[in-house]
This record gives sequence, structure tokens and C-alpha cells, in this order.
Amino acid sequence: MTRYIFQRVIYMLLTLFIIASISFFLMKFLPGTPLNVENKLSPEQQEIILEKYGLNDPLPVQYFNYMAGLVQGDLGISFHFDSTPVSDILLGRIGPSALLGAQSLLVGTVLGILLGLVAAINHNGIMDYTSTLISVLGKSIPSFVFAGLLQLVFAVQLGWLPVALWGEFKHTILPTIALMIFPLATAARFTRTEMLEVLGSDFITTARAKGVNEFGIVFKHGLRNALIPLITVIGPMAVSLMTGTLVIEQIFGVPGIGEQFVTSVMVVDYPIIMGTTLLFAVLFVVIILVIDLLYGIIDPRIRLAGGEK
Amino acid sequence: MEKILEVKNLRVSFDTYSGEVQAVRGVEFDLNKGETLAIVGESGSGKSVTTKALMRLLPEPHGYIKDGQILFEGDDLAKKTPKQMQKIRGKDMSMIFQDPMTSLNPTMKVGAQIMEGLIKHQKMGKTQAKKRAIELLELVQIPNPHERINQYPHQFSGGMRQRVVIAIALACNPKVLIADEPTTALDVTIQAEILDLMKDIQKKTDTSIIFITHDLGVVANIADRVAVMYAGKIVEVGTVDDVFYNPKHPYTWGLLGSMPTLDSEEEELFAIPGTPPDLLHPPKGDAFAPRNKFALEIDFHEQPPMYPVPGSETHFAATWLLHEYAPEVEIPASVKRRMKDISKSSDSGEGEKQ
Ligand SMILES: Nc1ncnc2c1ncn2[C@@H]1O[C@H](COP(=O)(O)OP(=O)(O)OP(=O)(O)O)[C@@H](O)[C@H]1O
Ligand SMILES: [Mg+2]
Repeated sequence: MTRYIFQRVIYMLLTLFIIASISFFLMKFLPGTPLNVENKLSPEQQEIILEKYGLNDPLPVQYFNYMAGLVQGDLGISFHFDSTPVSDILLGRIGPSALLGAQSLLVGTVLGILLGLVAAINHNGIMDYTSTLISVLGKSIPSFVFAGLLQLVFAVQLGWLPVALWGEFKHTILPTIALMIFPLATAARFTRTEMLEVLGSDFITTARAKGVNEFGIVFKHGLRNALIPLITVIGPMAVSLMTGTLVIEQIFGVPGIGEQFVTSVMVVDYPIIMGTTLLFAVLFVVIILVIDLLYGIIDPRIRLAGGEK
Repeated sequence: MEKILEVKNLRVSFDTYSGEVQAVRGVEFDLNKGETLAIVGESGSGKSVTTKALMRLLPEPHGYIKDGQILFEGDDLAKKTPKQMQKIRGKDMSMIFQDPMTSLNPTMKVGAQIMEGLIKHQKMGKTQAKKRAIELLELVQIPNPHERINQYPHQFSGGMRQRVVIAIALACNPKVLIADEPTTALDVTIQAEILDLMKDIQKKTDTSIIFITHDLGVVANIADRVAVMYAGKIVEVGTVDDVFYNPKHPYTWGLLGSMPTLDSEEEELFAIPGTPPDLLHPPKGDAFAPRNKFALEIDFHEQPPMYPVPGSETHFAATWLLHEYAPEVEIPASVKRRMKDISKSSDSGEGEKQ
């Protein structure tokens, strides 16, 4: 098991290295330079600054310098935000994003599972159709549309919550709802399909033949087997949440990483763009690893296979 | 002999998009205490549906008991509520299925799957149930039961899994055990082991067994009585000797004649021509008539009643050929030869048993 994890961590680092390299060169294709947003500087001053930050060096040299810093854990210094280290800026921003992400993933998945479960038990009934409708809408309508609708109804018309404000728990409600629609729809759809398949399988008949009651059939025998495959989609769901936050934070004025990222791209702040991209990448690979390990814990068949190797 | 189960005029239907499929159309039989009744018949003849109906395991509401009684110790199971049935299933009646690879819960330890019924029906505590589960694994001859109990189904071979399924079914000492082709999915040597095991267990526990199979050799080996099913009805029933050595229904002749035997030189089997009837629109007369070269005119108009076979108290067959005005019909020669082969092979089987 330790060997397996070690192996996985090596692969993770390799993945991150590749992501860092590709992002670095892609980023350089961004139109403009960090300086053309502030035209107040004279050409000489601009030249001095470009020289100071190493932006006049040939691209391979810049790349090498950046990677050398990265290996030592140095993400560089922001061009725009008072020369603050990138890591400090990101650390200051990660809280709200993590809160929103975790909250919406958790609430969305749990509600989705419940919805899918009710749909499967009520197969071809009203609840089943309702659940299907919710899933289809939730998967096909982008989160920013929900964000706008939520603002219109709950903030503008009803006035229950602020349009865009950050500080208290209640300020997290609307962005969380906007973000959780997608995981909810995905989980509902998935749980319904899996549960229907599991409920039709032979071992459920065996359980019925033992006299197990409906509650036991659904929760003890059915749900666990139906949820194992769900773990595989939680990863992609979490990732889609991350991209979702980019827009949602902007809409609701949440001072998170996503909002920071959007601003940084607009002002071409290279170190911050790189830092944020890498942070997302790290989260992504870690989530995938955690999910794989989780899979092994929940599914005994995989646990054994891992143990024997 | 004491009757444990009496099935009367059982009718089961499925509502499908194309209409009502009458899968079981008036099945009647008794099951005595401690006996093994085999049910044989072509694919689709309604064997599984009949036994699922007995356990009330039909996919309700679209599969349902339309009519009839299932008297278990005099109590009609067809009238029980789902809640009442949960108390009976696993305790008084249990079932073994065809495919041991899929009939165990893959994410639950084998021990827990055995203990479940004990905890539910016999109100045992965890420790006591575990002790009993280990005993059951010993009963079904699984080595190292103390370790095996903590393993998952994928750690067992097919034959071992079927033993576990049997242990689960036997957990609460059921009075009736239904086995739906329990050996079909296993290879031949394992099949023989499982059959021996079931015979052995029956001797110890005096359970009544309903055994569904396609293999007439298995019937000769394990059963006391046989019921032959065709198109949702029992067409012939009797002791193994009655049915195998004095078959009366032309369909039974077909079944016996189409059974390949190892030592027969003959390449030609007495195959039954045609296909079974469509149960969406069952025929008016005898369902077997269109495939029956001995069919009489009346077979196409009226269904034959169950006639007692003269000279036997246990043997019945639903064919107009037993009517007093019916012509004498000679059993086809190839079927006769086949019957002799079966008697030879089951005699050697008897020898092994002792
Ligand atoms: N869920 C269902 N919905 C509709 N029809 C069904 C359903 N289950 C069974 N039937 C019909 O009932 C009839 C009897 O099926 P059953 O499974 O009892 O056959 P069987 O005798 O057990 O055959 P086999 O030897 O292949 O197991 C078949 O014609 C089948 O089409
Ligand atoms: Mg069957």
C-alpha cells in the first residue's frame, strides 16, 4: 500500500511538472505585457522594469529560472499587487474558495444522492420524472445563469440576501446554491441509474429471499453498491466546481482564488497566473489520488487487489 | 405423508407493453415433508416464475399472482402482505439461485450475509449468530470457516460461493428449500459435489426441496418425484419411476427422447419439433398439440384434465390419450431406448449413494 501511494505521488509530481511547463509557454501567448495596462511609465522606465523582472531574457532562460524557483517552493512575486509574494496572495485568497467549493460539493452531492435514490425507488413515478427534469436542467444550464437568476429572485426581488457581499455565512448561500446545481444534477442522475441496476441484480433477490425488509434492501444492500461508481464522478465534479468558481466568485464578489485569477489575467500578472494555475493543478491531482484511495477503502475487491501487489 | 405445501390453480401473469403474458396457467402440486420434488421442462415453461411466486418474489406490480392458492402448512401465502412475507422468507422458505457469481452481495462479508437472516428471524445476538454462521460453513463443507467468514465473495470460487448461498438459505432451518438450477452454472465435478451436499443436508435436516433442473440425470439422482412443466402448466407428475419408466404425456416422451446419454451410439435424438406457444396468446386447446404428432382432434379444442394413471396412486398426466375412448398409442422406440439408458445410469448412481 505504501509503495502504491509512493508510486502515485511520483506520477503526481510528473503531471504537475508537465502542467507547469505547458502553462508557462501558453501564458506567454497572452496578448500584451504586464506593463501596457499602466502607460504612465516612460519607455526607459518600462525597459528598466522588464530588465529587473527578467522579462527581456530569452524564453528558455525565463522558463528555467521560473522552474528553478518553483522546485524550491518559490512562486515568485506579483507584478501588480505591491510586489507581494504570490504564495501570500494565494494563501489569503484560498479560504473563501475552499469554503464555497467544499460546501457546494458536499451539499450538492448529498442532495443529489437522495434525489437519485428517491427516483430509483419511485421508478417511473412522479418523483422519478421530477428528478430527471432537475438533472437535465442542472447539467445543461451553466452555473452563471443560475447565479443571475438567484440574484434576481432572492436578492433583488425578495431582498432576503445581498446581491454580492462577503463576510457572513448567509453571504455564502447564493453562490453555494449556484455552484451546487451541477454536482447535484450529476449525483442524482448517477445514483438513479446505478441504484436501478443494483436493485435489479441477483444479490438483491437473494437478500429478499432471506426476508430482508425494504429499508435493508435499499440502504444496507443497495446503496453501498450503487455509490461505489459515484466516487469516480466526484473527481470531475470537484474539478468543474473549480472552474465554476472562476465565474461565480466574480459574480457574487467573493474574494477567492477565482476572482483573483480573473483579475490577474486581465492585468497580465504572470506569476499570479502561474501560481493559480498550479494551485488548481495540485488540487486536481490530489483529488484524483484521494478518490482512488477512497475507492479502495469502499470496494473490497479493489482493496484486495492493491494489497496483493 | 404430511403435506407441507399445496399449490392450487396457481396463475401468474406479467403485464407487458404488448399485453398480458400468462406465464403460469393453473399449476397444481403438493410437496410432502422431507421429499425432493424436481420440476423439469423447456426454457420458458414457467419453472422459475412458479417458484418465485411461491416465495412472493415476483417483480410486483407488473408480475403478479392472478389467481390460486399457495397453502403453506395450511396458510395461504398468496394472501399475505409483503410485511408478513418478510417474516416467512428466509425462515420457513428459502431459495438458492442459478448463478453463484452474482447472487452474493459483493461488498458485504460472507459471514455478515449468513448472519443477517439469523439476526432477523431468530433474534440472535452478533456473537451467537457468528458461531452459528461458522457451523453453517462447516455444514456446507467450506474449509477454514473461521477465516472464511471474514472474507468477501470475490475471494471464493464459484463452487464455494454456491456453498455459501446454500448456507445462507439453510441458516434458519427452513421447512422448504427451493433450488432454481443450482448447479447449471458450475462445472461437472463441482455439480456432483453440490448435489451430494444437498442430499446429505436433506438427510440431516429433513427439509423439503423443490429442485428445478434441465438435467434429467440429476433428477434421477436427487428427486423423489418429478413434475413436468409445459407452457405454464404441469403436464405430468409422479414419482421418478412413474415418469421415467412409464411416461404418459407425449411431451414427457419428447423430453426423455431428446436427452443425450453418454453411452448411446445413436446420433439421432428424438427432438421435439416446433417452438413453445406464445404465452401472450395461449392456444385454446392443449398448448402442446401443434408440436405433438400424437395429437387428437380434441387436443385442438379443449384442454385435457389431469388423469390419474391407472395402476399408480402417485402418477398423473394431462393428456387426452388417457381418456377411456382414446386410441392406444405406442411410445416411440427411440424414447424407449433412452429410458433404458437412464435406468442404467441412475442404477449406477444408486450404487454410489450407498
Ligand atoms: N419479468 C418478466 N416480464 C415479462 N415476462 C416474464 C418475466 N419473467 C418471466 N417472464 C415470462 O414467463 C415465462 C416463464 O419464464 P421462466 O423464467 O419461469 O421460465 P423457466 O421455465 O424458468 O425457463 P428457464 O429454464 O430458461 O429458466 C417466459 O415466457 C417469460 O417470457
Ligand atoms: Mg428459470
